[in-house]
Amino acid sequence: MADTILKVANVSKRFGGLQALSDVGIEIQRGQVYGLIGPNGAGKTTFFNVLTGLYTPDSGSFELAGKPYTPKAVHEVARAGIARTFQNIRLFAEMTALENVMVGRHVRTHSGLLGAIFRSGGFKREEKEIAERAQELLDYVGIGKLADYKSRTLSYGDQRRLEIARALATDPQLIALDEPAAGMNATEKLLLRELIDQIRKDNRTILLIEHDVKLVMGLCDRVTVLDYGKQLASGTPAEIQRDPKVIEAYLGTGGT
Amino acid sequence: MMKTKIGKFAVYLLVAIAMLALPLVLQSTGSNSWVRIVDMALLYVLLALGLNIVVGYAGLLDLGFIAFFAVGAYLYSLLASPHLTDTFVFMAEMFPNGLHMNFWIVMVIAGCVAGMTGLILGAPVLKLRGDYLAIVTLGFGEIVRIFMLNLDRPINLTNGPKGISNVDAVTVFGHSMSQRLTVEFGGWTYTFESVTLYYYLILFFVMMAIVIAYRLQDSRIGRAWMAIREDEIAAKAMGLNTRNLKLAAFGMSATFGGVSGVLFASFMRGVYPESFILMESVMVVAMVVLGGLGHIPGVILGALLLAGLPELLRHVAGPVTEMTGGRLAPEILRQLLIAMAMVGVMLIRPKGLWPSPEHGKSLAK
Repeated sequence: MADTILKVANVSKRFGGLQALSDVGIEIQRGQVYGLIGPNGAGKTTFFNVLTGLYTPDSGSFELAGKPYTPKAVHEVARAGIARTFQNIRLFAEMTALENVMVGRHVRTHSGLLGAIFRSGGFKREEKEIAERAQELLDYVGIGKLADYKSRTLSYGDQRRLEIARALATDPQLIALDEPAAGMNATEKLLLRELIDQIRKDNRTILLIEHDVKLVMGLCDRVTVLDYGKQLASGTPAEIQRDPKVIEAYLGTGGT
Repeated sequence: MMKTKIGKFAVYLLVAIAMLALPLVLQSTGSNSWVRIVDMALLYVLLALGLNIVVGYAGLLDLGFIAFFAVGAYLYSLLASPHLTDTFVFMAEMFPNGLHMNFWIVMVIAGCVAGMTGLILGAPVLKLRGDYLAIVTLGFGEIVRIFMLNLDRPINLTNGPKGISNVDAVTVFGHSMSQRLTVEFGGWTYTFESVTLYYYLILFFVMMAIVIAYRLQDSRIGRAWMAIREDEIAAKAMGLNTRNLKLAAFGMSATFGGVSGVLFASFMRGVYPESFILMESVMVVAMVVLGGLGHIPGVILGALLLAGLPELLRHVAGPVTEMTGGRLAPEILRQLLIAMAMVGVMLIRPKGLWPSPEHGKSLAK
């Protein structure tokens, strides 16, 4: 029996007259990179927002690492074990790279106001652990040297890496990347691909929502294609590429 | 490395000596007014450090901060003056010797009560953002002041616009700080004025506040506050419970406000509702912004400048008023100059006079 990280079944979401998602279901195994693709308006972002608690689904069930999971409030999602990055990078601009990742450790640490004011032994130990783990993660994504630079001064590619490091800091079961390659040039894309590959090798699980079909096909273990809120096809990249329905959705039927 | 450490220590030592010697130099001019001005400036530093937690760290614009200052000041005035025993017979029976609660006990109570007030005011309004939050906090600040102004009826709790007077001075080691203190050292005697004693008391609290502010800044909670300031949506996605964290910031800064209120009431030996007008809240916000949002040395500088500058200008304004034949009143001139200075600073240094450094610690050598 494979180790299922995320199991989503029959998720539907309607906005007024628009059925944004209908009966979408995916299953992600540990160590997989799972791709979610589709043309513009296909429901990728809606699915993402439902998964991360921003929207309440009309129906559907979720299971995260074997436990039932109901995404209610946005801030509970990270605690439950799903960390995300944003399509339009959202870092804490005036904080250093290291501090950004240290914020990611917040949900896995405990010290409060009194600990901070009186600098208790427990507080100091935890602070040291947080800083060390954050530095480790910065080294892991390859920007360890930039720890003390404010995050807004980093290059675009490095900001992406920092966002991924910050997501990793929450010890997630599942990392959801929302269009990580958006706005990247070819070199940056290649580096990003290497990083995602490396994260997978360390037995972490990734949900990748992407526009760039080439990146998805080259990287993912399984892919689901959405179109008009419906699940068009699911399978390995090779299967998806041969699927006539997918070809139709992306290229259209032959003209008259 | 070693050299910079020694250099840093030397700077600290010099600053410490200067801070300790300052009131002695000022009181030797024979007038207490200069020391009094410095005392007030230090109180503003305390207030600005408190407001900096909510405005500078968490990025929530609070325009009603002076309300917490009022809560502390009125609490001390009620618990350490003849007002309650004079007004209520049952209080006089309960405290036949008058109600003179110990300053340090009131300090703890006021810190807690102001903090609680902060939580109570914060809970309903913290869903609002930006300008909306500013307007609502402004309203709350005014509500507190108007309560103080009108709570002389039906039962006389605050004595209305007349305020509460005859408030006890602080007693430290059995010495009431309203009296001058003469020390004998061998054959040599020295007299500390009352305002000088207060200077040291307030300085002690300012030092504590600086330490606490720094410790909060470099902590898990402090980082979470700054994350909320920078990007609330990303902060939530990182699992931060933004509502509770904002409440904590509100409560913490209110506690600072309450503590400074107690000091203020004991220093002035009384409180009046006019001390807590909207303009005071605005001034404290201006100090934080002018100095450098979220950067402690900047905030201190801003508070000292804005509290001290009007007094300095008072001496400049006199001659100008005479020159213009009284057409330019000193009060108006002062406000004009301060406003112009602030506009100038914001144009030239939009991040404040002394903003936080561009890089983290190890790069900021």
